[in-house]
Amino acid sequence: MERDDPGLVSSEPMISVRDLHVKYGATEILHGVSFDVKRGETLVIMGGSGSGKSTLVRTLIGLEKPSSGHVLIKGKDVAAIREAELEEVRKKIGMSFQGGALFGSMTVGENVALPLREHTKLEDSTIEIMVRLKLEQVGLEGFEYYMPSQLSGGMRKRAAVARALAMDPELLFFDEPSAGLDPIIAAGIDQLILELKRAFHMTILVVTHELASAFLIADRIVLIDRGKIVAIGTTTEMQSSIQPRVRQFLDRVPESETAQESDYLRALTEERRFGRA
Amino acid sequence: MELVSQIGGSVTEGLAYIGSLASLGGRAALDLFIGPFHGKPVRLRRAVSQAMDVGVRALPILSLITFFIGLILALQSAYELRRFGAVNYVAATVAISMTRELGPLITAIVVIGRSGSSFAAEIGTMRVTEEIDALETMAISPVDFLVAPKLVAMIVMLPCLTIWANAMGILGGSVFGVWQAGFTFVRYLQVSVDALILRDITTGLIKSLMFGATITAVGCLEGLSTGVGAEQVGRSTTAAVVKSIFLVIMEDLVFTALFFFVGAQ
Repeated sequence: MERDDPGLVSSEPMISVRDLHVKYGATEILHGVSFDVKRGETLVIMGGSGSGKSTLVRTLIGLEKPSSGHVLIKGKDVAAIREAELEEVRKKIGMSFQGGALFGSMTVGENVALPLREHTKLEDSTIEIMVRLKLEQVGLEGFEYYMPSQLSGGMRKRAAVARALAMDPELLFFDEPSAGLDPIIAAGIDQLILELKRAFHMTILVVTHELASAFLIADRIVLIDRGKIVAIGTTTEMQSSIQPRVRQFLDRVPESETAQESDYLRALTEERRFGRA
Repeated sequence: MELVSQIGGSVTEGLAYIGSLASLGGRAALDLFIGPFHGKPVRLRRAVSQAMDVGVRALPILSLITFFIGLILALQSAYELRRFGAVNYVAATVAISMTRELGPLITAIVVIGRSGSSFAAEIGTMRVTEEIDALETMAISPVDFLVAPKLVAMIVMLPCLTIWANAMGILGGSVFGVWQAGFTFVRYLQVSVDALILRDITTGLIKSLMFGATITAVGCLEGLSTGVGAEQVGRSTTAAVVKSIFLVIMEDLVFTALFFFVGAQ
């Protein structure tokens, strides 16, 4: 396994998050989150609905502004740098969104080609070859001319991964990669993430609430609950944890008395997230 | 007191809305006019396909509507003119009201219904499906990618459509002119053209340029500020149409007044 090889997982952090607070209006969603993502590792952020995990990943990529604290990606504070610099940072990040977020008016191939056309001066013929390669990597060879609406949910996610890979990013983010997929297709996506990890030694950050998937792909897991980090550790450390919140999450113990609060929080986050101009 | 604060509140809100429209329109215009000097060429292909949608595909319905408007205008004015035995003034009346007022306005309203609404729906859906976020994370500015091509398409096509609408209106009027007012077709056209001065046409075109910018800004802003869920897309679409119509009429008033007073000297 890569994680045993000290040359691949270096100690220099790719991302470091320091005392991060994010507010939507008056409600604070993240209350001082700090952690590091090492180069070459796969970190899974786990948490229930409304825990703030999606907000966290959106803040990492600069879609939300923190109210205080820092997010350093390769040493650059994404909340403090200028727009042009942020764009440079973003070009090194590939992001696969929950629903794929493929552009419905373009074919799959055009979707994958878009970042290349926008940010490189490559010839059309070169781009075409690269698109074919990226689609092959995710197991979608021959689907360039399909429209996203003609693909199944799992294929759409693969296509989104291909698009995220287009610029050969150093960092790959996944928001709920297996959400809305049946277990077999979801396992396929997990397999894809593992392959990418093996083949490219990319730094991968995955947000999920699927336990099995998290334990399969993760080097380390961050468990986040109500805007705070409850536990952080390797998969084995997590599994043997005796912390009550960790056990509750891993053993899937329901919780009734706080359900309303977390639902409320979730409604708030989603409303704010999409309500921006 | 309550009332005063409410009025104040909605005035501030209205001004803030116009501010964000101006800021969005300004950013798109910056991308269009300054961008090419910084190695960011205008997305011509996207602009052309938008122009097809906004302009060319609107021609059939716009032609039909303005043709009938011209005819209605001729009938209505003849009703009054007839009492003075001045039915032959119908040609001038139709030509001037079309080019100065109804051509630009009817065109704008048709375009709001067709394109302003579809801008809001398209961008709103992209917001809901996280496509806007995807653009941003790919370091592609949504304003640059989505709004700017629409703005070019609109400010080019709306004046063109307006000229077409003016012509169709006059053509509609000529039906009445030939049928009831004793004109020959050629004579009707001649009288119409003689009645117009260049200024009548240019003021209409200046207005239509402003309308185009407004419709794009409102449609795109409503789309970008869409909330979560599919029903929000519907809401933004409605808001885009209502707000565009209101703002277009307001602008029409301001410009008409401006032209009136400036022209009086």
